[in-house]
Amino acid sequence: MEWGIQEWTYAIVGATFALYIGIAIWARVGTTAGFYVAGQGVPALANGMATGADWMSAASFISMAGLISFMGYDGSIYLMGWTGGYVLLALLLAPYLRKYGKFTVPEFVGDRYYSQAARVVAVVCAIFISFTYVAGQMRGVGVVFSRSLEFEIYTGVYIGVCMVFLYATLGGMRGITYTQVAQYCVLIVAYLIPAVAISQKMTGQPIPQLGFGSMVVEGPNAGVFLLEAIDGIHRDLGLPEYTGAFVAGKKSMTDIFAITMALMVGTAGLPHVLIRFYTVKTARMARWSVMWALIFIALLYTTAPAVAAFARVNLIQTLHERPYDQAPEWFTNWETTGLIRFEDKNGDGLIQYSEDPETRELYIDRDIMVLANPEIAELPAWVVALVAAGGLAAALSTAAGLLLVISSSISHDLLKSILIPDMTDRRELLAARISAGGAVLVAGYFGIHPPDYVAAVVAFAFGLAAASFFPVLVLGVFSKRVTKEGAIAGMVTGITFTAAYISYFKIFKYGGPEQWWFGISPEGIGTLGMLMNFAVMLAVSRVTPPPPPEVQAMVEEIRLPSRV
Amino acid sequence: MSKNSSSKTQHDVAYWRRNLRLVGVSLAVWFIASFGLGILLVEPLNTIHIGGFPLGFWFAQQGAILVFVVLVFVYARRMDRIEQDDEEL
Repeated sequence: MEWGIQEWTYAIVGATFALYIGIAIWARVGTTAGFYVAGQGVPALANGMATGADWMSAASFISMAGLISFMGYDGSIYLMGWTGGYVLLALLLAPYLRKYGKFTVPEFVGDRYYSQAARVVAVVCAIFISFTYVAGQMRGVGVVFSRSLEFEIYTGVYIGVCMVFLYATLGGMRGITYTQVAQYCVLIVAYLIPAVAISQKMTGQPIPQLGFGSMVVEGPNAGVFLLEAIDGIHRDLGLPEYTGAFVAGKKSMTDIFAITMALMVGTAGLPHVLIRFYTVKTARMARWSVMWALIFIALLYTTAPAVAAFARVNLIQTLHERPYDQAPEWFTNWETTGLIRFEDKNGDGLIQYSEDPETRELYIDRDIMVLANPEIAELPAWVVALVAAGGLAAALSTAAGLLLVISSSISHDLLKSILIPDMTDRRELLAARISAGGAVLVAGYFGIHPPDYVAAVVAFAFGLAAASFFPVLVLGVFSKRVTKEGAIAGMVTGITFTAAYISYFKIFKYGGPEQWWFGISPEGIGTLGMLMNFAVMLAVSRVTPPPPPEVQAMVEEIRLPSRV
Repeated sequence: MSKNSSSKTQHDVAYWRRNLRLVGVSLAVWFIASFGLGILLVEPLNTIHIGGFPLGFWFAQQGAILVFVVLVFVYARRMDRIEQDDEEL
């Protein structure tokens, strides 16, 4: 009997899950240092891969190419925003946090600003950011299962919860790191195979990054550059040009600038990313592992816009003005999942692509651009299955990284350092496992019952990371003069402003774009929050007494190489 | 840790200065490649085409990312060298 998509999916997803569990058992830990920072013995290359998987979430893997496909040039906010933050990490944060050498981000904040209050503010931010982010990942696991194996979403979430529970509580950071290495390999292979195949098919150029700038070799646009073909199609349909910037119907320059900055700075301030650089041996290794991480991330992030462009042509060219009963097979396959839907409004039996709500006949979920890719490229069933496994790897690896931040914030920053200081290492390890387990269950609950402000969640996580952590960490290293009063005032200002602005427009919906400050959308407001944090922190630090000498000595020590 | 960490020697200051200069230059490159070429100057650059790419669009969706990778690589290499000089002193 020939295997179909379902059989392959069971086989490949089952095999990858068995691999992750195997790694978790092999990498189990017995100390808090192992649980929080993998004993600080992870090689730079492995940490780079783990960071790549940690970073690239269900959204990066499944949704990003589709988003860019609908946004054209505006999609660059994600591409630059989610990679440029690594430059900031390498230059301003990762080596110094590693040199500091303890376990968590709030711990650094507490020590540098000689204040438990600062540490508590940091803990609350870390937990809030991580929970808003993790709910989407558990949901992602459920969605992939429901689409590939037709499970109910909650069944998929349960399976995800069990997997993460197992390897996060057993292996802590060590288990998570090495499963993330495996997960990176799965997800990148799953992303690249269909991308290369589609590039080859459409442009005769197998490298998607180049195919994207090559000529189309088949169909009505043969001999025309791919991007020109898309711009032409857009003009015919009355849509703004795909490659056009700041034209009517697209984002303004100010907004693109602010969102890109907020995403970059937010990336550099996300605790689950920062903590990955605590796990290597030295500050020098931290720099190199940022470089590896960026290479591994860039591999997917330079492929995504190519996939987006191919999908754009495919979608419109193969569907527009085509009789519905001659629609390609992938179209009818995906109709059953509800991700694509046709409604013949003018009753002519033809599919018309339009973005005008009056005449719109085609409803497309952006996720289909990646999920249906292998079928559009007529690839074998095992590739379709591999894409499902890749989506699961992306979601699980990110979820695990976030859960570890929550767990260490609770057991290390709250229990050990504030509530029960005389706790033994064994007890603390137990507490870390219990809080990891508890966090997984809460994340699973939110995965099954997603809060209805999902659209605001990403803006929140990045905006808050940008407006709270980034300025406090950077100034903590680069200025010896910033004080605890400055840091607390800065963080509180940044968070309050950013949270209020996002809530006003996205949760309570009191106003629309015409009320935006300087034309900056809630997604980009973290940039302004960050600037306020910097300004308040510097101003308050000027008028408060300088940090004690031992703190200034600590900063000097962090800045110097290890000299071993 | 081979030396007294709290005493601030002259070559510690020199090391930190070299690092700051390198960080400053790198941040400038980071800003120009992404915000400069990919956003602020995207419209004029889009009138130039390299192969099938309008140049500004290419920087925003490919070029900036490639520059980031090279930039972090160069930074890590330079810092290795600065640290080596530092140890030989």
